[in-house]
Amino acid sequence: MILAQRRLCSLGSRTEFLKTIYSSKLLGFSTSAFWRLKAKDQRLSRVSSSQGLRGRICSTSLLSSGHFVAVFGIPWFVFASSKFLRKMSLKFKNSKRIEGLDRNVWIEFTKLAADPSVVNLGQGLPDISPPSYVKEELSKVALIDSLNQYTRGFGHPPLVKALSSLYEKFYQKEINPNKEILVTVGAYGSLFNAIQGLIDEGDEVIIMIPFYDCYEPMVRMAGATPVFIPLRSKPVDGKKWSSSDWTLDPQELESKFNSKTKAIILNTPHNPIGKVYTKEELQVIADLCIKYDTLCISDEVYEWLVYTGNKHLKIATFPGMWERTVTIGSAGKTFSVTGWKLGWTIGPNHLIKHLQTVQQNTVYTCATPLQEALAQALWIDIKRMDDPECYFNSLPKELEVKRDRMVRLLESVGLKPIVPDGGYFIIADVSLLDADLSDMKNDEPYDYKFVKWMTKNKKLSAIPVSAFCNSESKPQFEKFVRFCFIKKDSTLDAAEEIIKAWSKPKS
Amino acid sequence: MTLMAGGHPVFVSLKPSPTQDGELDSSSNWRLDPTELASKFTSRTKALVLNTPNNPLGKVCCQLSPQHLSRSLSRHPPHITAQTVCRTQVLSFWPGVLFLSPLPLRRSQQRPVALGGMFRKAGASLTRCLHHSLTMSKRLPARRLDGLEYNPWVEFIDLSKEYETVNLGQGFPNFPPPDFAVEAFQQAVSGDFMLNQYTMAFGYPPLTKILASFFGKLLGQELDPLENVLVTVGAYGALFTAFQALVDEGDEVIIIEPFFDCYEPMTLMAGGRPVFVSLKPSPTQDGELDSSSNWRLDPTELASKFTSRTKALVLNTPNNPLGKVFSKAELELVARLCQQHDVLCIADEVYQWLVYDGLQHISIASLPGMWARTLTIGSAGKTFSATGWKVGWVLGPDHIMRHLRTVHQNSIFHCPTQSQVAVAKSFEREQLHMGQPSSYFVQLPKAMQRNRDHMTHSLQSVGLKPVLSQGSYFLIADISDFKSKMPDLPGAAEEPYDRRFVKWMIKNKPRLPDHRAEWTHGLPPPQGLVAIPVSIFYSVPHQKDFDHYIRFCFVKDEATLQAMDKKLQKWKAELGP
Repeated sequence: MILAQRRLCSLGSRTEFLKTIYSSKLLGFSTSAFWRLKAKDQRLSRVSSSQGLRGRICSTSLLSSGHFVAVFGIPWFVFASSKFLRKMSLKFKNSKRIEGLDRNVWIEFTKLAADPSVVNLGQGLPDISPPSYVKEELSKVALIDSLNQYTRGFGHPPLVKALSSLYEKFYQKEINPNKEILVTVGAYGSLFNAIQGLIDEGDEVIIMIPFYDCYEPMVRMAGATPVFIPLRSKPVDGKKWSSSDWTLDPQELESKFNSKTKAIILNTPHNPIGKVYTKEELQVIADLCIKYDTLCISDEVYEWLVYTGNKHLKIATFPGMWERTVTIGSAGKTFSVTGWKLGWTIGPNHLIKHLQTVQQNTVYTCATPLQEALAQALWIDIKRMDDPECYFNSLPKELEVKRDRMVRLLESVGLKPIVPDGGYFIIADVSLLDADLSDMKNDEPYDYKFVKWMTKNKKLSAIPVSAFCNSESKPQFEKFVRFCFIKKDSTLDAAEEIIKAWSKPKS
Repeated sequence: MTLMAGGHPVFVSLKPSPTQDGELDSSSNWRLDPTELASKFTSRTKALVLNTPNNPLGKVCCQLSPQHLSRSLSRHPPHITAQTVCRTQVLSFWPGVLFLSPLPLRRSQQRPVALGGMFRKAGASLTRCLHHSLTMSKRLPARRLDGLEYNPWVEFIDLSKEYETVNLGQGFPNFPPPDFAVEAFQQAVSGDFMLNQYTMAFGYPPLTKILASFFGKLLGQELDPLENVLVTVGAYGALFTAFQALVDEGDEVIIIEPFFDCYEPMTLMAGGRPVFVSLKPSPTQDGELDSSSNWRLDPTELASKFTSRTKALVLNTPNNPLGKVFSKAELELVARLCQQHDVLCIADEVYQWLVYDGLQHISIASLPGMWARTLTIGSAGKTFSATGWKVGWVLGPDHIMRHLRTVHQNSIFHCPTQSQVAVAKSFEREQLHMGQPSSYFVQLPKAMQRNRDHMTHSLQSVGLKPVLSQGSYFLIADISDFKSKMPDLPGAAEEPYDRRFVKWMIKNKPRLPDHRAEWTHGLPPPQGLVAIPVSIFYSVPHQKDFDHYIRFCFVKDEATLQAMDKKLQKWKAELGP
């Protein structure tokens, strides 16, 4: 019993739970159930505006059995049986693979930013409209009855065909639509499929810090050990600080490889720094992958979003790399339709087939109408790849203006942002703003406190960069926060107003 | 090639003997150590590959005399066993050369390793152009995928496309969703452009809200939209999330046969051990129509499956493929056992609205004591005849749901927004019409009951013996008469009869090899109907006992049913009196 309670403790707010064990026991309640109610009440008082709970629980008198019955619908005396209690908490436990993986930065911070008065530069979702032809294609598809039903599990046939046609240009080889492409529930689903399909208990996976936050829990869920290597910045002195100043030390990188290394996860253009890996940098990684017989999971969801003077390169096109690389792309990032939740993985069949096995045992198939609309939209742009109108060319142009605006804005208040070469995020050291965080709880990294404080007091939200770090490296990045700039001008205006007003009293 | 055939290559090296200084080494100095060779033979050795003159060494194998070989072979007679399935991975070798390898091999545990030196020297590019495959000494797929590659659907779906068929196989409607749902979807995709972006991870708020209020009433629970509801990528995604969240290495999961086929691989992928218990048909009187309600669990047998390792039981009502709707008494039995043995219940209720003959669907979560240990899974695809939207959900107590949320946020994070908007709108509409004749949940089962009756009647007319379906999209039909009349349909010896029968039905005009000309006993070529063999809904050991049923989906439009009739009538005419 005690053991089970400890387990539960580790999953949630410890002190509260420990304190309440005895009282609840005396009253004959399941402690886990009691804790749950307690947690609910805390949350209620904290986010009372949360819409789902609004007006629901008027009686917060926790210990009334009436409330209890209302929640569980079973008589309270069922819970009073000590035998039932003991067994229940054990069987209702999570599987080991997800132990400790319950915390998530997005859940936490999107809840905070849900307040409509907050200017949201947090989560990477555009508030600009997707291109009109993309919306139109979906509207057209919604009129076709047969597209409301299941399609092929590994990808709607017209979509995998369009993807193969699009990417053949970049890989300079034929891509078999059925065997070398898998359509997934977002790039997130691609990452999950790749990691579950190829990574085993006891394997090691190299991840570069900072990293898109899901890499670590996904690797852990597969039973493997993440091995981290930080991107380090050169000193820049008076110059502009650029994402290209952040590099990997080749020797340090090589030291992370060993016989257990199963894969390395590469993310270019990089989230959150915005680094676009150069040919030389990718060659170093490719050489090590070959030398140590390692797979490469290449997350290239921002592949089209590179700014003047940079070029996105695919590591899978380096000699010897196609056969050991799976490359992940995203419709959400490609056409600014994150809500479609469509992504894809491209790679050799001997890798893709294992990802397909995962797919057929997880979601089986993705939404049909969205896949059809995506295929149609892709064809429009495939036919005009060199045209400036092509969204793959026009979106980065549009975003570059927004990036430059963000750089100027952040610099105007004395910050030194890291100018991204790609992606739609910009990070900056915000400790220079000297925010008074003394009211914030002290058990969190500086940037978590800062963002919560800023969201509450300045009505501006962002994402703490230490969320993109493993626990050891959080101190190195906790002064940074990430702003998303794929936002309409009025949103950026509002952000500008907040940031400028904030700096005034100081000067 | 060995690996492709599922074999396990076992390697033994030719070893060079030392040469005198300056002396030219010869391939004849490279020899096998007889003791080492003998040690490689085991009861599972099926074959030995001999290459002489040897490539690349040039050795002519005179030392490995026939006697030598036969001695080893007779001591360990190789025999066929299904257990020789290889669970390892070696890629990149010269086809056929490797077994008598001229170079020392790297080895790690049971894992044969690709040839070291030779291919290192040749360089990765050579290997690549030869095999288009990865030279990887590490095992490629994760172990959790062992044995899960095969999916029976792929084969039958492909076959149905290859031939001109009337498709009564896969379970999806070929008629449109109701107008209100179609309109809701059209609005969702052409209205507010922000619906093209992410929504909340655990479900679009208006959807979780309406699901909580709608199902709260049905389950007699007050549901919290944030804590008791999780929206998933179809009910399939819901099942996966539940298994990953709750089933650990070594846990046992009780699965009632026949079962929707994904329960087994999903349990295995989570490291669990499926434990099967079959619904058993009671004998029917001659000429009487069998009914899915005659298929019952033996209470003693069911009870015997519960052990201290049992973590969960999967209950599917209405059941796919049988169409059985579990009665209250049956559910109480399951509920009692779950509580007695402290077992979770994963209740797959995706066909809950499709119940016929005035029967009532009962959610096991609504039985006393069950809410706290039950996950109830539903599907918008089956609810609103829009399987392509891929929206499903799980309802359950927060102390279990929180684990599912952890899996969800580490696997897909969000579901598509617009489909969720359309489903929310459709449920809001249904809530207003609940119980009235205008409700889709009243109209759809009425219409499908007519389809079921139609199909039942048509199948009977050609001598198939349908089992009356009480619910779901499906009914199964007994083909044992055909099995006795024409037992030798083409197919692999090991292949269950129902699979061969379905293939035979699908293929319009199979070209028969002469020596099998009699297999149809004068019957005409099959008629291009697609059904699904029921044995795929059974665990391997039980497939033999249930290889004489096939599943038909009757959730099809009028034209499809008429096309079916035409095929069946032709079949009947050709069968003759």
